[in-house]
Amino acid sequence: MADSAVDCRKAGTLLNAYLDGELDLSASLELEAHLADCAACRAERETLSRLSRRLREGLTRHEAPAELRQRLARLTAVPRPAAPGRWQRRQFLAMAASVLLAVFASGGTTYLLMRPVPLDPLADEVVGSHIRSLMGDHLIDIASSDQHTVKPWFDGRLDLAPAVADLKAEGFPLVGGRLDYIDHQPVAAIVYQRGKHLINLFAWPTNGPAHAGVRAMTIRGYNLLTWAAGDLTYWAVSDVNPKDLATLQRLIAQSTGATPD
Amino acid sequence: MNQANFAGVVMPHLDEAYSLARWLTGSAADAEDVVQESLMKAFKHFAGFRGPEARAWLLTIVRRTSFTWLAVNRPRQLVLTDDEAAVEAQNRATVVTLHPKAAETPESLLAEKEIAAQLNAAVEALPAPFHEVVVLREIHDLSYKEIADIAEIPVGTVMSRLARARGLLLARLGGSAPREVANGR
Repeated sequence: MADSAVDCRKAGTLLNAYLDGELDLSASLELEAHLADCAACRAERETLSRLSRRLREGLTRHEAPAELRQRLARLTAVPRPAAPGRWQRRQFLAMAASVLLAVFASGGTTYLLMRPVPLDPLADEVVGSHIRSLMGDHLIDIASSDQHTVKPWFDGRLDLAPAVADLKAEGFPLVGGRLDYIDHQPVAAIVYQRGKHLINLFAWPTNGPAHAGVRAMTIRGYNLLTWAAGDLTYWAVSDVNPKDLATLQRLIAQSTGATPD
Repeated sequence: MNQANFAGVVMPHLDEAYSLARWLTGSAADAEDVVQESLMKAFKHFAGFRGPEARAWLLTIVRRTSFTWLAVNRPRQLVLTDDEAAVEAQNRATVVTLHPKAAETPESLLAEKEIAAQLNAAVEALPAPFHEVVVLREIHDLSYKEIADIAEIPVGTVMSRLARARGLLLARLGGSAPREVANGR
């Protein structure tokens, strides 16, 4: 021990690194020289190595619950441009039928009553996006009636957290969400249902001064409402009647805690 | 990396991510929240991830998210001191309350399960800075360098904390008891 460069105090710290295989060669050799001379440090080595072995054997390795795994798999699924599933196709046909029916049923009168409004290009784009979502097979990227699934799904893809509310009890079940592209930017589209009608609720960051209150308009037979809440601009669009759309708007605004009126 | 690769590159480490969160938060419910938040963060920033160590990358996110989560939701539980006097005072206090009968129970009578339960409880009771290096080393089998990166401390600190943590564990498990525990059966 006299000619060893390592004393018992220093050996205590080095032993841990030594047993973890983290000590470099020259330090290891010095430590081993000390261990050869020192019974107390040899005993300490045994104690530490047994403790480590026991910890490795005895400490619980927790497994992720299956439910969490499935939820995460859903949330991180990347939508493939595959053919629409049977469910989606059937839903689209029902949707198309209801749209056509609504057009025929309302007849010419509604058309005549609609006064020509100066076209808001942004509103027109919103309507276009709404129609496209109903026509193609891209209504939703994530199908879920659970707002706790839809909201984080957006969080993983956009730098914004749109309001996603559970309005099933109020008669607006959540259908799902998708990414869309409006006004030269990716936006969140949250899809709600009202009877056989679908409602697209778009959200994106407000650029420039926000309009106060809620603006309503009708374009090509679709009702639109737009308002700002927090730092987001919302657009709700649907062929549902204006009263129901206004109800949805009020519920969403309540859920964001904002009172745009 | 493309988000389409997420399932193949990151998801295989979900169990480890969950286990770490479970250890760091001390609760299954909290761990679920932390892991979901961590995985969504990883997913969001996956485009910027260049690899190759997805496991260490994910564990770093989980560890950060755990502590942020604890600071917000369980501020009292989070003890980040590695001041030795404070740690030892806490250590002594918990030893007594944690296993009031441990000292008088002959180790030979302890079933294997109980020994494991004692080890788990002893590690759980370590203050955060010691707790995490033990978990990262003994459960996740990470190198000092990897632990240093994940815990955002120098390698030398990893070494000293690990040595100190093991000393605390030996003390907690009852002086000579760990040797008998370790000798076991």
